[in-house]
Amino acid sequence: MYNKNNILFLYAILYFAFLYIPVMLLPVFSFNDAIHMVFPLKGFTLKWYDQMINASRLHQALFNSIKVGVTASIFSTLIALLAAKAFTKYKVRLRQLSYGAILLPFVIPEIIIAVSLIVLWTGMGLQLGLIPVTISHVLFCTPFCMLVLISRMEGFDRNLEEAAMDLGENAWGTFWRVTFPLVLPAIVASLLLSFVISFDEFILAFFLTSNDQTLPLYMWGQLRFPKKLPHVLALGAVIIVATSIIVMLSYWLRNLGKPTDKKSNIGGI
Amino acid sequence: MSDNEFIKIKNVSKKFDDVVAVDNVDINIARGEFFSLLGPSGCGKTTLLRILAGFEYPSSGKVLIDNVDVTGITPNLRPTNMVFQNYAIFPHINVKKNIEFGLRKEKLSKDALDKRVKDALRMVQLEGYEDRYSNQLSGGQRQRIALARALVKQPKVLLLDEPLGALDKKLREEMQLELRKLQRSVGITFIFVTHDQEEAMTMSDRVAVMNKGKILQISPPRDLYNNPKNLFVGDFIGQINFLESEIKSIDSNNINVLINKLGEHTLTYSGNINKEESIVCAIRPETIQIGNNPDQIKSDITIKGKIANTSFYGNMTYIYVEIEGIAKTLMVSTSDALEGLTYDSECYININLKDIRLIKKN
Repeated sequence: MYNKNNILFLYAILYFAFLYIPVMLLPVFSFNDAIHMVFPLKGFTLKWYDQMINASRLHQALFNSIKVGVTASIFSTLIALLAAKAFTKYKVRLRQLSYGAILLPFVIPEIIIAVSLIVLWTGMGLQLGLIPVTISHVLFCTPFCMLVLISRMEGFDRNLEEAAMDLGENAWGTFWRVTFPLVLPAIVASLLLSFVISFDEFILAFFLTSNDQTLPLYMWGQLRFPKKLPHVLALGAVIIVATSIIVMLSYWLRNLGKPTDKKSNIGGI
Repeated sequence: MSDNEFIKIKNVSKKFDDVVAVDNVDINIARGEFFSLLGPSGCGKTTLLRILAGFEYPSSGKVLIDNVDVTGITPNLRPTNMVFQNYAIFPHINVKKNIEFGLRKEKLSKDALDKRVKDALRMVQLEGYEDRYSNQLSGGQRQRIALARALVKQPKVLLLDEPLGALDKKLREEMQLELRKLQRSVGITFIFVTHDQEEAMTMSDRVAVMNKGKILQISPPRDLYNNPKNLFVGDFIGQINFLESEIKSIDSNNINVLINKLGEHTLTYSGNINKEESIVCAIRPETIQIGNNPDQIKSDITIKGKIANTSFYGNMTYIYVEIEGIAKTLMVSTSDALEGLTYDSECYININLKDIRLIKKN
């Protein structure tokens, strides 16, 4: 038994190493005083961060990404919210089939979506740019949002909405006073998830934008110049930290509003 | 309008696709009455309650409350409030906010609101629970909060959908008494749905027994028990023995009946019946007396049997008696000590004609 635990412990260590060592190399080399990513480390420096802060095209790309990400996450969450509501409230005909149709974009290669959108968009005589990128991101993110929201709403007690109506609320009041607060954690999770997906999406943005770059496109562009590599590493390190903060924030938000001391749950009358 | 027709359910039917959940139901409920809808699961009692609450609309028929036709009115505009089977306490707000939930439209001052909540909590004996959340309450407490939340609205009718089903036996019995007391003190009309006949019997002024969407009998509990109008009601309420019988002749209310193995007897029956009607005779087990020898007890009918089984319930004992020629063992209950009456022993059972009920099979 003791040995078995040791082996499992070793396995866990290896597993985490496999997951995180490549990612952790980024921050390590971002402080390294050398252009090339090779050991041994040369010395500590903050100049790559300095360079990153002063790269104005990077700022523009970051701003574009945030713009696209925020818009896409809001719209995809809104669409998914209404669809998920309908899906869980009404007995939709061909339920299995429509569920499959919702999940289909998961398995369609992104490049197919990109090509079909570029054909459609230019065919309508419209300019490529951040707008078609945003639209494509809405399309791409919606199924993810659907999954998050449906799973929450399926566990939703319909009696709660009926109780609200019974106590005098109309459909609108019921939604705002009961349904919305109860699905809020899922809405926040959906917003954060779709933002993160949009933020690091490359293929759709690559095909559908013109001169306006998003952050992944900018990073990809910089990789062609060896001298620019270190400040991309610095950027990567910042993104890792920022993403971790977002994830922790969403976790905290999800638990917000739930009472914490379950120990005071007393039985009987 | 008389107070006896405070709630009028007129020829209400409800169909879900091809399934008839409620079949032409016609009930009048009096103001301040404790009325129960009793029936097995799937009999349509909950659907009927939901029609009263406004969550379902009847396929045909009308519902009137206090002389107002509410048939097409949404739940939020009805003078009814409901206690749900799973209580439906809002989990994201505390007890105080739950109870205040329905009072928003009344635009009360903060002090008035606080007082209403406090009074409601006192009524259900949960003073000081304002800040608790649903997951910090026991089942019994949740049930009381649901009750307070509905009653604080001072509805004309309170609808209760099996509210005691999730509680354990002891607590359920306590709540039955308390609920009845509460109903008397607030004077609000209660409509109570349950599948538990004991629950319906102990609390209600009147009980409607439902099966397959139809109302089979509406009576006060005592009447329901003593004079079941049909086979289903007799069987559903309490324990009963049915004996195959046939009508020999009818003389106004006096009916000459041949009861299987018990001979020909004259019973009274109020109501219409014709000679061809197929009937059974019903006898409650506690009306049958049992003894060791035929002359021990004076009664209209005495017959010999053999004890097939006994089961002891503390306050009484059920004795199952085999009688030659009767397929099913006869159930007898007694609270007496059973001297000389044990398994396989010979016995005599005694039945009086006044305890035999004649019931139509259909």
